[in-house]
Amino acid sequence: MHISPDQIIIWQHGFLKLNATIASTWGLMLVLTVGSKLITRKLSLDLKRSRWQNLLEIVVTGIEKQIEDVGLRHPEKYIGFLGTLFLFVAMASLCTVIPDYEPPTGSLSTTAALALCVFLAVPLFGIEDQGMGGYLKSYVQPTVIMLPFNIISELSRTLALAVRLFGNMMSGAMIIAILLTITPFIFPIVMTALGLLTGMVQAYIFSILAAVYIAAATRTREPKPEPVPTT
Amino acid sequence: MDSMTLIAVASIVTAGLTIAIGSIAPALGEGRAVATALSSLAQQPDASTTITRTLFVGLAMIESIAIYCFVISMILIFANPFWNHVIAQTAGK
Repeated sequence: MHISPDQIIIWQHGFLKLNATIASTWGLMLVLTVGSKLITRKLSLDLKRSRWQNLLEIVVTGIEKQIEDVGLRHPEKYIGFLGTLFLFVAMASLCTVIPDYEPPTGSLSTTAALALCVFLAVPLFGIEDQGMGGYLKSYVQPTVIMLPFNIISELSRTLALAVRLFGNMMSGAMIIAILLTITPFIFPIVMTALGLLTGMVQAYIFSILAAVYIAAATRTREPKPEPVPTT
Repeated sequence: MDSMTLIAVASIVTAGLTIAIGSIAPALGEGRAVATALSSLAQQPDASTTITRTLFVGLAMIESIAIYCFVISMILIFANPFWNHVIAQTAGK
């Protein structure tokens, strides 16, 4: 039994290794990019449109609405990053219905890379929104004593993002593998269906948490209501 | 008992204890969270989307504690560094 798809070597030449994680990641990227390229090739504005365009519109507007609900007021600025995270993690877990497929998110390397992307994107969006000084000032809020704790929380939440996604995906695959040896008939199918639900929830949570962190870093001051001029 | 047996016994027993004890607190926490969310949903059905979203995010946060315990017990069983060290030593002998 293997703990992550990193250990499945498909092709090896010298020190170059092609393991199942890399292969399925690139496969997913290919499916996502080529698929959306093909669908958006001929978009229509009138009422008659293809069913694939309908699907993409539902997905994009749904993600946009979720981002807006979190508190980011211009979702079109963030949907490129957050939407990609969501679609990749969701596709990675939805494709588990394909036989012989190992979700790339079941490897700690993939989830650590995704969490590092969030770790880097939060200060970038924050600096873009508030400027360097304004963003750095958010570390000493409410007092200077909180500075080390703010830095620790920044690091620990990145670790938590990575380990949470890895643990959920790995546990799903592991439980199915163990059940296959104990009760090979009905139970693995039930657990696979449960794994699909867990995968969707984890994809949602990963992107929502990233959105929450970005929203906390770009906390733009609400425009104060103009005081009514007294005559 | 030589050191190999000792490491095996300690790893297996600790793996079981980790997941057993470590899932108590998240279970209690998730139960409390869901119960509170249900009662607030019954009181304010209009705010259901906000409550459900917050509930899901909170549940994932709570559940990650249990997941950490699971990861640690899996590491102890399948990818134990001490065990691998001992195996490598006996193989090298």
